[in-house]
Amino acid sequence: MKKELRLMKGNEAIAEAAIRAGTDGYFGYPITPQSEILEYLMEANPYETTGMVVLQAESEVAAINMVYGGAACGKKVMTSSSSPGISLKQEGISYIAGAELPCLIVNVARGGPGLGTIQPAQSDYFQSVKGGGHGDYHLIVLAPASVQEMADFVELGFDLAFKYRNPVLILSDGAIGQMMEKVYLNPPKPRSSEILEWATTGKPTTRERNIITSLDLDPNGQENFNLKLQAKYENIRKNEVRYEEFQCDDAQYLLVAYGTSARVCQKSVQIAREQGLKVGLLRPITLFPFPSERISELSDRVRGILSVEMSAGQMVEDVQLSVGCKVPVKHFGRMGGIVTTPDEVVDFLKLNIIGG
Amino acid sequence: MIEATGIKNIIKPENLVYKKSSVMTDNVLSYCPGCGHGTANRILAEVIEEMGIQSKTIGVSPVGCSVLLYNFLDVDMQEAAHGRAPAVATAIKRLIPDSFVFTYQGDGDLAAIGTAETIHACNRGENILIIFVNNGIYGMTGGQMAPTTLPGMKSSTSPAGRDVKTMGNPLKMTEIVATLPGTYYVTRQSVHTPANVRKTKKAIRKAVEYQKLDRGTCFIEIVSNCNSGWKMTPVQANKWMEETMFPYYPLGDIKVPVEESVK
Repeated sequence: MKKELRLMKGNEAIAEAAIRAGTDGYFGYPITPQSEILEYLMEANPYETTGMVVLQAESEVAAINMVYGGAACGKKVMTSSSSPGISLKQEGISYIAGAELPCLIVNVARGGPGLGTIQPAQSDYFQSVKGGGHGDYHLIVLAPASVQEMADFVELGFDLAFKYRNPVLILSDGAIGQMMEKVYLNPPKPRSSEILEWATTGKPTTRERNIITSLDLDPNGQENFNLKLQAKYENIRKNEVRYEEFQCDDAQYLLVAYGTSARVCQKSVQIAREQGLKVGLLRPITLFPFPSERISELSDRVRGILSVEMSAGQMVEDVQLSVGCKVPVKHFGRMGGIVTTPDEVVDFLKLNIIGG
Repeated sequence: MIEATGIKNIIKPENLVYKKSSVMTDNVLSYCPGCGHGTANRILAEVIEEMGIQSKTIGVSPVGCSVLLYNFLDVDMQEAAHGRAPAVATAIKRLIPDSFVFTYQGDGDLAAIGTAETIHACNRGENILIIFVNNGIYGMTGGQMAPTTLPGMKSSTSPAGRDVKTMGNPLKMTEIVATLPGTYYVTRQSVHTPANVRKTKKAIRKAVEYQKLDRGTCFIEIVSNCNSGWKMTPVQANKWMEETMFPYYPLGDIKVPVEESVK
């Protein structure tokens, strides 16, 4: 079947893609700038067509625990929120990681800390890739830079979540959530009727009971479980790194940026090149696993690297860890809901990396 | 001394007066001696066995002594975060509607940290069974004050007794949820005497039947003891429960289905 072309907001694209991906359940709570996801799903009422459950929970805390319950039944379940709501979900996310459950979580991020602002920001990077909740765990983190990727990463996210029995986070922001672009949507897939062997679906006489838990009071057991988790993350690092390069072949200077900042930096590369500066852009698509190896390779060829992020400088730490001390690595970004302009990036690059 | 052959003569089907439920695992109960949890676990297992719903049952046990349930019940179970079992159970039941879904929660879990999840699951009329074991104390963490701790009752965080002026009043969650249109059957029982055990088992059996009808949330409070937390012997604890807990948390049905009350 052919893909369908539509003009949609990023948030609407996620919702529509979720229905088309055969999602079994969505559990959410309103928060700006992502409420369109829940609104779209309620309006679409997919329970009548695909049987997909859509429920407005009493809180983000309840919503993520509904995701836990559904995921533990082996169902394709998801939730979405924005930064303050994602903070509330962290307890549940830690339990989901600890119980090794597959699910999809969407963060349409806004500026913080605290209630902050409803405008876009990228200041949830640490929370997304370094843990967020308690314990040693990682989410697989996908960073869309277009409405098309908002839609595409729903299906990719579920595939990765079930492949590794690990929660997947789509880290977007208010700009990509709210902006409208054309998007090619996949033909609808039916919901899966497969019963997964580890899932709690009612114990038949043919198997032992399934218990979904993150609890092991025996420290040896808990350490062994942690070693197993770390081995899984290593496997993910080896196999799932995704990134995109833009004019990196002859680049003397490299920008590293994801999501909205990467869109801005594409323009910055153009502007810089018009001025005769050989600038390229590496856009991480997966933030965990991070494209460290590729950044390290590129750092052998460039004179300096600028990490651009709508934050005080969070991803720049991972860029620095990838590069070591081979070339200067600096950060540029605006905070509090202000989107960086392409010219600002070029000016900062010239002043602090090229001229510096 | 009975010879080995003598024992063999005694162990015969016709001499059997009591048998462990097949829905109980062989794990040794790790609750404190005298605790009501073991009895509550057992009758739940018996109902599941007798009603033939083992393959349909999915249970949720959150944080506290109740988390241990999944060691003893031979059904599919999920361990939930503290207080969140009704939200977890909501999704299970919505996604697998023909399953029998129950939560098994203590008073700290259900009436303090999980108040919102409890009230909203009941208010939505989620078609699940909530079993609420109320012993007026945080047992697993060592006897701290719970939302259900009685006025004047001593605990490790109310060493001079619960002062309601500064520490608040005991919360009667069962009466609260009974006022919500979403609840179908709300009752308060105990498991400290054989007669009460029978009544509680009957209540669980009814709740299983009601869940098949898809009429709303069933909520069974079991007022129970915590002799370790209360610093009493099991006998003293049961006596204190009758004399002090029951007047505040009276046993009996609080909300029965309209169809049944008309009959």
